[in-house]
Amino acid sequence: MSVRLTFETFDPGALLTAFSQGRAETGAVATFTGIARAEAGATIALELEAYPGFTEAQIGKTADGARVRFGLDDLLILHRIGKIAPGEPVVFVATAARHRRHAFEACDFLMDYLKSRAPFWKKEHGPDGARWIEPRDQDHADLKRWEEETTT
Amino acid sequence: MARVLLFGRLSDVAGWRDRQIDSPFLSALRAKLTAEDAALGEALGGKGVQVALDQVIVRGDAALNPATEVAFLPPMSGG
Repeated sequence: MSVRLTFETFDPGALLTAFSQGRAETGAVATFTGIARAEAGATIALELEAYPGFTEAQIGKTADGARVRFGLDDLLILHRIGKIAPGEPVVFVATAARHRRHAFEACDFLMDYLKSRAPFWKKEHGPDGARWIEPRDQDHADLKRWEEETTT
Repeated sequence: MARVLLFGRLSDVAGWRDRQIDSPFLSALRAKLTAEDAALGEALGGKGVQVALDQVIVRGDAALNPATEVAFLPPMSGG
Protein backbone atom coordinates (compact mmCIF):
# COMPACT_ATOMS: atom_id res chain seq x y z
CA MET A 1 0.00 0.00 0.00
CA SER A 2 1.37 3.38 -0.95
CA VAL A 3 0.09 6.93 -0.32
CA ARG A 4 2.21 9.71 -1.80
CA LEU A 5 2.03 13.42 -2.55
CA THR A 6 3.94 15.02 -5.40
CA PHE A 7 4.61 18.52 -6.71
CA GLU A 8 5.40 17.04 -10.14
CA THR A 9 3.00 15.98 -12.87
CA PHE A 10 2.85 12.24 -13.54
CA ASP A 11 2.01 9.67 -16.21
CA PRO A 12 -1.07 7.62 -15.18
CA GLY A 13 -0.29 4.96 -17.79
CA ALA A 14 3.19 4.35 -16.40
CA LEU A 15 1.76 4.12 -12.87
CA LEU A 16 -0.80 1.54 -13.98
CA THR A 17 1.85 -0.52 -15.78
CA ALA A 18 4.10 -0.58 -12.72
CA PHE A 19 1.20 -1.27 -10.33
CA SER A 20 -0.10 -4.21 -12.41
CA GLN A 21 3.19 -6.04 -12.69
CA GLY A 22 3.82 -9.29 -10.82
CA ARG A 23 0.21 -9.88 -9.81
CA ALA A 24 -0.47 -13.41 -11.00
CA GLU A 25 -3.14 -13.99 -8.32
CA THR A 26 -4.75 -10.55 -8.20
CA GLY A 27 -7.34 -10.86 -10.95
CA ALA A 28 -8.56 -7.25 -10.98
CA VAL A 29 -6.97 -3.80 -11.03
CA ALA A 30 -9.19 -0.70 -11.14
CA THR A 31 -7.87 2.83 -11.51
CA PHE A 32 -9.16 6.37 -11.46
CA THR A 33 -7.38 9.45 -12.80
CA GLY A 34 -8.68 12.90 -11.87
CA ILE A 35 -7.76 15.70 -14.30
CA ALA A 36 -7.87 19.45 -13.62
CA ARG A 37 -10.68 21.17 -15.55
CA ALA A 38 -10.30 24.49 -17.36
CA GLU A 39 -13.99 25.41 -16.76
CA ALA A 40 -14.04 27.30 -20.07
CA GLY A 41 -11.22 29.61 -19.03
CA ALA A 42 -12.56 30.31 -15.52
CA THR A 43 -9.73 28.28 -14.00
CA ILE A 44 -6.15 29.20 -14.88
CA ALA A 45 -4.70 26.89 -12.25
CA LEU A 46 -5.67 24.86 -9.23
CA GLU A 47 -3.51 25.09 -6.13
CA LEU A 48 -3.58 22.35 -3.54
CA GLU A 49 -1.99 22.72 -0.14
CA ALA A 50 -1.29 19.76 2.14
CA TYR A 51 0.12 19.42 5.65
CA PRO A 52 3.12 17.20 4.90
CA GLY A 53 3.14 14.10 7.09
CA PHE A 54 -0.33 14.74 8.51
CA THR A 55 -2.05 14.58 5.12
CA GLU A 56 -0.40 11.27 4.13
CA ALA A 57 -1.11 9.80 7.58
CA GLN A 58 -4.81 10.75 7.47
CA ILE A 59 -5.24 9.40 3.93
CA GLY A 60 -3.32 6.30 4.99
CA LYS A 61 -5.81 5.58 7.80
CA THR A 62 -8.75 5.64 5.38
CA ALA A 63 -6.79 3.70 2.78
CA ASP A 64 -5.98 1.02 5.33
CA GLY A 65 -9.67 0.83 6.26
CA ALA A 66 -10.52 0.40 2.58
CA ARG A 67 -7.90 -2.32 2.21
CA VAL A 68 -9.57 -4.33 4.97
CA ARG A 69 -13.19 -3.48 4.06
CA PHE A 70 -12.84 -4.45 0.41
CA GLY A 71 -10.28 -7.22 0.90
CA LEU A 72 -7.72 -5.54 -1.36
CA ASP A 73 -4.39 -7.09 -2.28
CA ASP A 74 -2.87 -3.64 -2.66
CA LEU A 75 -3.61 0.01 -3.41
CA LEU A 76 -1.81 3.11 -4.60
CA ILE A 77 -2.78 6.75 -4.14
CA LEU A 78 -0.74 9.52 -5.74
CA HIS A 79 -2.00 13.08 -5.23
CA ARG A 80 -0.65 16.30 -6.66
CA ILE A 81 0.01 19.32 -4.47
CA GLY A 82 1.09 22.82 -5.50
CA LYS A 83 -0.08 24.51 -8.70
CA ILE A 84 -1.81 22.33 -11.28
CA ALA A 85 -2.66 23.46 -14.82
CA PRO A 86 -5.88 22.43 -16.60
CA GLY A 87 -5.42 19.08 -18.34
CA GLU A 88 -2.84 17.85 -15.88
CA PRO A 89 -3.61 14.85 -13.67
CA VAL A 90 -4.49 15.72 -10.06
CA VAL A 91 -4.96 12.31 -8.52
CA PHE A 92 -4.36 8.66 -9.39
CA VAL A 93 -5.90 5.78 -7.45
CA ALA A 94 -5.25 2.11 -8.22
CA THR A 95 -6.79 -0.83 -6.37
CA ALA A 96 -5.96 -4.52 -6.73
CA ALA A 97 -8.34 -7.29 -5.65
CA ARG A 98 -9.09 -10.88 -6.57
CA HIS A 99 -12.35 -9.89 -8.27
CA ARG A 100 -13.46 -6.77 -10.11
CA ARG A 101 -16.36 -5.69 -7.84
CA HIS A 102 -14.13 -5.03 -4.85
CA ALA A 103 -11.50 -3.29 -6.99
CA PHE A 104 -14.15 -0.96 -8.52
CA GLU A 105 -15.88 -0.27 -5.20
CA ALA A 106 -12.68 0.44 -3.30
CA CYS A 107 -11.53 2.86 -6.01
CA ASP A 108 -14.93 4.64 -5.94
CA PHE A 109 -14.91 4.81 -2.12
CA LEU A 110 -11.35 6.18 -1.97
CA MET A 111 -12.17 8.91 -4.49
CA ASP A 112 -15.29 9.93 -2.55
CA TYR A 113 -13.13 10.24 0.57
CA LEU A 114 -10.33 12.10 -1.21
CA LYS A 115 -12.76 14.60 -2.79
CA SER A 116 -14.58 15.50 0.41
CA ARG A 117 -12.57 14.75 3.56
CA ALA A 118 -8.88 14.42 2.79
CA PRO A 119 -6.69 17.11 4.40
CA PHE A 120 -6.15 19.39 1.43
CA TRP A 121 -6.93 23.07 1.00
CA LYS A 122 -7.84 24.00 -2.53
CA LYS A 123 -7.52 27.34 -4.23
CA GLU A 124 -8.78 28.15 -7.70
CA HIS A 125 -6.85 30.79 -9.66
CA GLY A 126 -9.04 32.51 -12.26
CA PRO A 127 -8.92 35.63 -14.44
CA ASP A 128 -10.37 37.70 -11.55
CA GLY A 129 -8.08 36.40 -8.84
CA ALA A 130 -7.98 33.43 -6.50
CA ARG A 131 -10.59 31.89 -4.23
CA TRP A 132 -10.61 29.03 -1.73
CA ILE A 133 -12.84 26.10 -2.61
CA GLU A 134 -14.87 24.00 -0.17
CA PRO A 135 -16.33 20.57 -0.94
CA ARG A 136 -19.63 20.65 -2.85
CA ASP A 137 -22.75 19.20 -1.20
CA GLN A 138 -22.55 16.48 -3.85
CA ASP A 139 -19.09 15.49 -2.59
CA HIS A 140 -20.44 14.99 0.94
CA ALA A 141 -23.47 13.10 -0.41
CA ASP A 142 -21.15 10.85 -2.43
CA LEU A 143 -19.16 9.93 0.67
CA LYS A 144 -22.34 9.32 2.68
CA ARG A 145 -23.36 6.52 0.30
CA TRP A 146 -20.71 4.33 1.91
CA GLU A 147 -22.26 4.63 5.38
CA GLU A 148 -25.59 3.29 4.13
CA GLU A 149 -24.36 0.53 1.89
CA THR A 150 -22.96 -2.73 3.10
CA THR A 151 -20.57 -4.64 0.93
CA THR A 152 -20.60 -8.39 0.61
CA MET B 1 8.71 28.63 21.56
CA ALA B 2 6.10 26.65 19.68
CA ARG B 3 6.18 26.36 15.92
CA VAL B 4 2.87 27.70 14.60
CA LEU B 5 1.60 26.68 11.16
CA LEU B 6 -1.38 28.16 9.33
CA PHE B 7 -3.11 26.44 6.42
CA GLY B 8 -5.54 27.39 3.69
CA ARG B 9 -7.35 30.71 4.08
CA LEU B 10 -5.82 31.27 7.53
CA SER B 11 -2.38 32.03 6.08
CA ASP B 12 -3.98 34.50 3.63
CA VAL B 13 -5.70 36.28 6.54
CA ALA B 14 -2.49 36.40 8.61
CA GLY B 15 0.01 37.08 5.85
CA TRP B 16 2.32 34.34 7.18
CA ARG B 17 2.22 30.57 7.44
CA ASP B 18 5.05 29.48 9.71
CA ARG B 19 6.29 31.28 12.85
CA GLN B 20 7.97 30.57 16.17
CA ILE B 21 5.87 31.96 19.03
CA ASP B 22 6.58 31.73 22.73
CA SER B 23 3.55 30.47 24.68
CA PRO B 24 3.04 27.92 27.47
CA PHE B 25 -0.53 27.01 26.57
CA LEU B 26 -2.68 26.76 23.46
CA SER B 27 -5.21 29.16 25.02
CA ALA B 28 -2.44 31.69 25.69
CA LEU B 29 -1.19 31.29 22.14
CA ARG B 30 -4.68 32.03 20.77
CA ALA B 31 -4.91 35.11 23.00
CA LYS B 32 -1.51 36.32 21.85
CA LEU B 33 -2.35 35.87 18.16
CA THR B 34 -5.72 37.59 18.63
CA ALA B 35 -4.13 40.52 20.47
CA GLU B 36 -1.75 41.21 17.62
CA ASP B 37 -4.20 40.47 14.77
CA ALA B 38 -7.93 40.59 15.51
CA ALA B 39 -8.88 39.32 12.04
CA LEU B 40 -6.66 36.28 12.49
CA GLY B 41 -8.06 35.69 15.99
CA GLU B 42 -11.57 35.66 14.58
CA ALA B 43 -10.56 33.35 11.73
CA LEU B 44 -8.88 30.90 14.14
CA GLY B 45 -12.10 30.67 16.13
CA GLY B 46 -14.19 30.22 12.99
CA LYS B 47 -16.50 27.33 12.27
CA GLY B 48 -14.74 24.06 11.56
CA VAL B 49 -11.20 25.25 12.36
CA GLN B 50 -9.30 22.40 14.03
CA VAL B 51 -5.99 22.39 15.88
CA ALA B 52 -3.31 19.73 15.63
CA LEU B 53 -0.45 19.45 18.13
CA ASP B 54 2.45 17.52 16.65
CA GLN B 55 0.08 16.33 13.90
CA VAL B 56 -2.61 15.01 16.28
CA ILE B 57 -6.01 16.77 16.38
CA VAL B 58 -6.81 18.12 19.87
CA ARG B 59 -9.86 19.76 21.43
CA GLY B 60 -9.76 22.26 24.28
CA ASP B 61 -6.64 23.66 25.89
CA ALA B 62 -3.23 22.00 26.07
CA ALA B 63 0.24 22.73 27.37
CA LEU B 64 2.86 23.58 24.75
CA ASN B 65 6.53 22.82 25.02
CA PRO B 66 9.22 24.59 23.02
CA ALA B 67 9.28 21.89 20.34
CA THR B 68 5.51 21.59 19.88
CA GLU B 69 4.20 22.04 16.35
CA VAL B 70 0.82 23.80 16.47
CA ALA B 71 -1.18 23.64 13.25
CA PHE B 72 -4.44 25.53 12.67
CA LEU B 73 -6.48 23.68 10.07
CA PRO B 74 -9.49 25.31 8.40
CA PRO B 75 -12.20 23.01 6.99
CA MET B 76 -10.54 20.56 4.64
CA SER B 77 -11.59 20.85 1.04
CA GLY B 78 -10.55 17.48 -0.33
CA GLY B 79 -8.47 17.16 -3.46
